[in-house]
Amino acid sequence: MMKYLSAFCLILTMSLGALSVAVDEKPLADPVKEAQARELMKEIRCLVCQNQSIEDSNAELARDLRAIVRERIALGDSPDNVRAYLVDRYGDWVLLRPPVKTSTYFLWASPFLVVLIIALLLINRNRQAAAPAPLSDAEKEQLKALLEREP
Amino acid sequence: MAGELGHFALILALLFALAGAVAPHIGAVRNDATLMAFADRSVLAQFLMAVTAFAALTYAFVTSDFSVVNVATNSHTLKPMLYKISGVWGNHEGSLLFWVLILTLFGALVSWRGRKLPLRFRSRVLAVQSLLVLGFLMFILFTSNPFLRLDPAPLEGNGLNPLLQDPGLAFHPPMLYLGYVGLSVAFSFAVAALIEGEVTPLWARWVRPWALLAWVFLTGGIALGSWWAYYELGWGGWWFWDPVENASFMPWLAAAALLHSAIVVEKRDALKSWTILLAIVAFSLSLLGTFLVRSGVITSVHAFATDPARGIFILAFLAVVVGGSLVLYAWRAPKLAPSGLFGIVSRESALVVNNIFLSTFAAVVLVGTLYPLFVEAFGAGQITVGPPFFEYAAAVLMSPLIVALGLGPVLAWKRGNISRAMQVAFPALVVAAVAGLVLVWQNAGGVVMTAFGLGLAVWLITSVFLEIAARIKLFRAPAKALTGLGKITRAQWGMSLAHAGVGVILLGITISEAFTSEELVVMAPGDTVDVAGYSFTFEGVAPVAGPNFTAVRGFFTVREGERVITSLTPEDRVYSNPAMNTTEAAIHPLFSGDLYAVVGEATGAGRWSVRLYFKPMISALWLGALMMMIGGILSLSDRRLRVGSPTGKKTAAQAGEGASA
Amino acid sequence: MNRFLPLAIAGLLVVLFLGMMLSDRNPQEIDSVLIGRPAPAFSLSSLADGAPALTEADLKTGEPLLVNFFASWCVPCRAEHESLMELAGRYRVPVIGIAYKNERDKAIGFLNELGNPFSKTGLDLDGRVGIDWGVSGVPETFLLDGDGVIRYRHWGPIVGDSLEARLLPELEALR
Repeated sequence: MMKYLSAFCLILTMSLGALSVAVDEKPLADPVKEAQARELMKEIRCLVCQNQSIEDSNAELARDLRAIVRERIALGDSPDNVRAYLVDRYGDWVLLRPPVKTSTYFLWASPFLVVLIIALLLINRNRQAAAPAPLSDAEKEQLKALLEREP
Repeated sequence: MAGELGHFALILALLFALAGAVAPHIGAVRNDATLMAFADRSVLAQFLMAVTAFAALTYAFVTSDFSVVNVATNSHTLKPMLYKISGVWGNHEGSLLFWVLILTLFGALVSWRGRKLPLRFRSRVLAVQSLLVLGFLMFILFTSNPFLRLDPAPLEGNGLNPLLQDPGLAFHPPMLYLGYVGLSVAFSFAVAALIEGEVTPLWARWVRPWALLAWVFLTGGIALGSWWAYYELGWGGWWFWDPVENASFMPWLAAAALLHSAIVVEKRDALKSWTILLAIVAFSLSLLGTFLVRSGVITSVHAFATDPARGIFILAFLAVVVGGSLVLYAWRAPKLAPSGLFGIVSRESALVVNNIFLSTFAAVVLVGTLYPLFVEAFGAGQITVGPPFFEYAAAVLMSPLIVALGLGPVLAWKRGNISRAMQVAFPALVVAAVAGLVLVWQNAGGVVMTAFGLGLAVWLITSVFLEIAARIKLFRAPAKALTGLGKITRAQWGMSLAHAGVGVILLGITISEAFTSEELVVMAPGDTVDVAGYSFTFEGVAPVAGPNFTAVRGFFTVREGERVITSLTPEDRVYSNPAMNTTEAAIHPLFSGDLYAVVGEATGAGRWSVRLYFKPMISALWLGALMMMIGGILSLSDRRLRVGSPTGKKTAAQAGEGASA
Repeated sequence: MNRFLPLAIAGLLVVLFLGMMLSDRNPQEIDSVLIGRPAPAFSLSSLADGAPALTEADLKTGEPLLVNFFASWCVPCRAEHESLMELAGRYRVPVIGIAYKNERDKAIGFLNELGNPFSKTGLDLDGRVGIDWGVSGVPETFLLDGDGVIRYRHWGPIVGDSLEARLLPELEALR
């Protein structure tokens, strides 16, 4: 949570306002489409101030990309098409939600895989604990002796 | 002069740490009490030297001594005093010195509070702690000396990043560092136990308060940072799953798991090697966080300016500390066979479930944070793992955890009775289901997650209350219930409060995510916009000048019906040293939620673009975090759980009972 | 076996980090997905008076050429300008300049002040062509082969040893 801003951000943009919030352009008139566009913007990574979505970023390029998203949504493009448009130019890198493909199978499966591994490790250990070790011969002798001593 | 004194103190501290890291082990092998006792003196000396060095650097910052490179780069005469002081730890070198200060502080505390620990064990612990100090001091002296001089000294400094000039951020890093470094104590205890080859229920009792203390600080540090992001970054978000945020969240999760697994060690003498592993992993994750912030391996908005030499050094240190302790673990773990037994339906099992999900979540956050690096290393292109993935993982892993969290405390130790547990748990499940259904019915479609989240939150909070009710026999013997209330230990209150805090946070997240109203509009003075039943009237803007910034301040009057609730004055600031633009959101908390306004740019013709929000229940996030912290502190203050003070066997058993927080 | 698992994971991470740090990779740099693809279609007015519009057809000349996105407001562009002059002069590579989000007068002023290495120019006022090329900031330089296919993208200014160590070898490979 240390919000030490990278100096890179300023160097790259060479403009003020790297982290001030984006309050600039006009929303779409149709509230349904605007909501759709906004949802989409939240899932597109800003190329300038990385680790922000274009929704959050005040960088010039983020502004341009927001305009493109709104434009295409207004023209009736589906969010998937807009995503494909951006991936075509910037690669999977721009998607904050990694696409499900060969290279991300492990990622998406990781919550289930890891829970299984850790559960097996822990429960296995418990089962070992739950079954007490059988008595050794010496202990059996001892037990026998004790029992025999009972009146 | 102060600079040289500080530098000298660091060199002395390094020598003490070196001696303190070696001598006690020799003493332990030779059974030489004098050598072992040297550990206590060594950590005290390290602490005094670290205080001296830190005071020297603080003095240089306060007096704006620009002949010190670090001060010249990170301070400015015009800066308010608070930020001159917070500037000490607001940069790479100073923050490392701060790490060392806390590391030695914890060493001294263990030595002081741990008088009753067996000498042999205590000296091992302190020797491990000294080794950590040694590593950090070498890092500082060889790559990041904060006392380097600049000749000739500049007349003015470069100033501090304006985003750091904020009271929330002045105290967020120290809090977080206390948490990160606090975990070093659990680490040292774990390594010492591995060296000795023995983990006893008593060991768990010693280590647990330290882990709890660190966890309380981590909770505070994370909450403070998130609160800061909420009001400073200006887009209403409070958590971004940024690598550096994840780096603080992972140790928090591991520490939370450790707190709970230590209880099982204490009560049942089981889960021993797992608990040791958690103690090692929790601190390793703290170190990993420092590495990620400073090495430049990952892009983050939070990163310090990076330098490859430093990165390599930390990586080497990380490899030695983490690798070394894990080798020790692999070698010694088989010796730590569990001896206790417990049934499948028992409090212990619920704690195991808790551990499975907490540690899995920590691991998955790690996987998500580093996954892009792996994909790139394997030449499979560049991908981004952003908030949508982490939210998915949180939903998958936290839901069962929260169900277990409600169920666990009602289960009996060792061998529980599921039907009796269900008597208590069933009403909570019903309440949760009803809450969920009401929501779906109110807002048909698209709200499954909201209903689910709300149901879980209500389930958890209700079950906490029902657990207390069952404890005091509220339903079976209402007349005696009040006396029962008095008998509940602080540790038990602590547990209930912390668990309820989790529920409150979940409530806040679910409701604020689902029902936030947001307007992004262009307004001229006199315009009124309606947000969630509150009308925001834009009164205009005025220029403002601060000590080291100029700003445009917007004025809004917020009314509910005719009644004026408040006026909001967000600012758009431009700092001069260094030049940077920041947004100061204006927030007015109401019981039902926050009114939130941000002013943006002029769009011409006297019109301004603004963002207006109503964020319902958002304060529950920080309230919940506060509850968790207070819960932790309550538990720590429990007489029978005093930091590192082992007592007789009987009280030990009682404390174990209370230690279920 | 289980007890070695944490060690194995830690070891894997250390190797990964070490590899990342020893490679000269810039974590900020986003790989271009346009490599191996023909230049996207566009049409931009020239900075020179009366010159015809710049289009993708101008990029298929039968010999390798460079396309440089620049702007007068961009400080790193100023820093790399000398390298562009050298490329156009000493190495005889046609360099095509696209002024990115720059006012026409300012872009012309920039070239008048520092010299003009560009054989042809285009003005991308709204930055849309830049987006089509996957540009994330200026300067960025693309190396195209004779068929107008993008072969290499240089991210950031061509300064220090990046001309000799990176761009020239790529160029030689195409020639």
